[in-house]
Amino acid sequence: MFNQRAQVVGVHIILIAYSALAVGPILLVVMNSFKARNAIFGAPLAPPTAATFSLIGYAKVFNASHIGTYFMNSLIVTLISMGLVLLFGAMAAWALTEYKFRGSTALALFLSIGIMVPIRLGSVAILTMMRKAGLNDTLTALILVYIAQGLPLSIFILSEFVQQIPKDLRDAARCDGVPETRIFFEVVAPLLRPAIATVAVFTIVPIWNDLWFPLILTSSDSTHTITLGVQQFLGQYITDWNSVLAALSMAILPVVAIYVIFSRQLISGLTAGAVK
Amino acid sequence: MPRGRFLGLLALFLGPAVAVYTLFSIYPLIATMALSTYTTDNSGAYHFLGVANFGTLLLDPDWSVHFWNAAKNNLIFFIVHMLVQNPIGIALAGLLSLPGLKLKGLYRTIIFLPTMLSVVIVGFAWNLILSPLWGVAEGALKAVGLGSWFAPWLGLPSTALVTLALISVWQFVGIPLMLIYAALLNIPDELVDAARVDGLGQFRIFLHIKLPLVLPTIGLVSVLTFVGNFNAFDLIYSVKGALAGPNFASDILGTYFYRTFFGNQLQLGNPTMGATVATVMFFIILVGVCLYLFIVQRRLRRYTF
Repeated sequence: MFNQRAQVVGVHIILIAYSALAVGPILLVVMNSFKARNAIFGAPLAPPTAATFSLIGYAKVFNASHIGTYFMNSLIVTLISMGLVLLFGAMAAWALTEYKFRGSTALALFLSIGIMVPIRLGSVAILTMMRKAGLNDTLTALILVYIAQGLPLSIFILSEFVQQIPKDLRDAARCDGVPETRIFFEVVAPLLRPAIATVAVFTIVPIWNDLWFPLILTSSDSTHTITLGVQQFLGQYITDWNSVLAALSMAILPVVAIYVIFSRQLISGLTAGAVK
Repeated sequence: MPRGRFLGLLALFLGPAVAVYTLFSIYPLIATMALSTYTTDNSGAYHFLGVANFGTLLLDPDWSVHFWNAAKNNLIFFIVHMLVQNPIGIALAGLLSLPGLKLKGLYRTIIFLPTMLSVVIVGFAWNLILSPLWGVAEGALKAVGLGSWFAPWLGLPSTALVTLALISVWQFVGIPLMLIYAALLNIPDELVDAARVDGLGQFRIFLHIKLPLVLPTIGLVSVLTFVGNFNAFDLIYSVKGALAGPNFASDILGTYFYRTFFGNQLQLGNPTMGATVATVMFFIILVGVCLYLFIVQRRLRRYTF
């Protein structure tokens, strides 16, 4: 039928137009970061050609900032926080769903406060605490805060996955006299692997992209994360368009690369109905 | 299992999570609220004030003018998200969930991409694009014959806030899109098939059958938007700085909190007043979440399956 055909075409036109709006600004920034200054202003929409290609912005970013250090800091903070959120979160989710004890519902409720209440609002006290503990301006301070921030949602999601593990499995292990810790680490934990992609998304992205806590808790170049480092670099070099575009692209490209590689797991995790 | 060993197991499994979470999330929240009832003098000693700080914040013109301005701007920021982000998210989710649509995976991946990026990056990228210096936005408008519409939106007091809100919408439209898309996929096929047999078109199926069924998810998206908006900071700070210019036109509670707590060119940092602002933000968020839990969710339960 013609009418239905026209409808399908119309739907695709809308989706293509919106996709262009979503990806256009990102492409524009990345494309122009590879161009010489004249070409950036002369023809912003043209892709870099042999004549206009230039890496001068990237050279400046490498020379003028500690981008390598920032990148490593972000990597360390994100990976350690994520690892511990997964470990502590899975252990807590298992205990909360598997063992019945007085106060378990209250404890689950207590742990879920952090899903809705942003930890940021406690910043004044967090900064005081970290100063007293001598952790001010360390990556440890960031990691501790990010674990506390990531745990509530990860416990919530992992609990749903723990519930789906067949009861027979752990009962069989228990009959064989396997200790509880081994049941968790050798029987349950491997079965939680599909949940990891989902939990990792909800943990990694906010940590990697966070500006607030690095701004408050770190003050020296050696502890800045990539988001804060790039933000400060951009503020300083705002008139140097080559550098600004290069710094933006360097912050965008790793995230886009990881996203493209894992987007299938990521989106299936998001839409798996784990978050209701 | 003996009681002692059972308690030991619970401590082993729950201990680390409960300890880190309590110490670095719940305790700071409570300590911040406690701090909001104190003031410091020049020697650094703390004096208990009761709720006087709240009176200062809400009524003393030195504080309240900026506070109410930030609160009003934050409300506008939220309303723009509700009116633009969520309807676009719902519409795109509706299109993507059409049966037999080709390339839906690709569209989903592309449209969700901005959500993955740091707000700082997004803010700066748009700052460049909308800049009259570069002229990309102006050129794009000229190409469609609307060149005269262009203005330095981010720089004008009348348009800065709404422009920033729309940048935020552009970035985060992926979240309502994904959550509503997931909810749409969960609708049982029988319901939709029955309507199709009755001769309803796709648009009317969406409007009359699917949309009412995903109302609980729309409620959830709304409360997530509310919490996110009333806690927002990064975008305004990276595009407009801590002073949220021009002339505080884009100031929201997050930037006001930062300035009060850390200080800036105009004033010294004040931890107790910072704690007061944070406590007020906490109660605003609490009211929003409670409204969702007690009113919206209860009413919408009736439609769930």
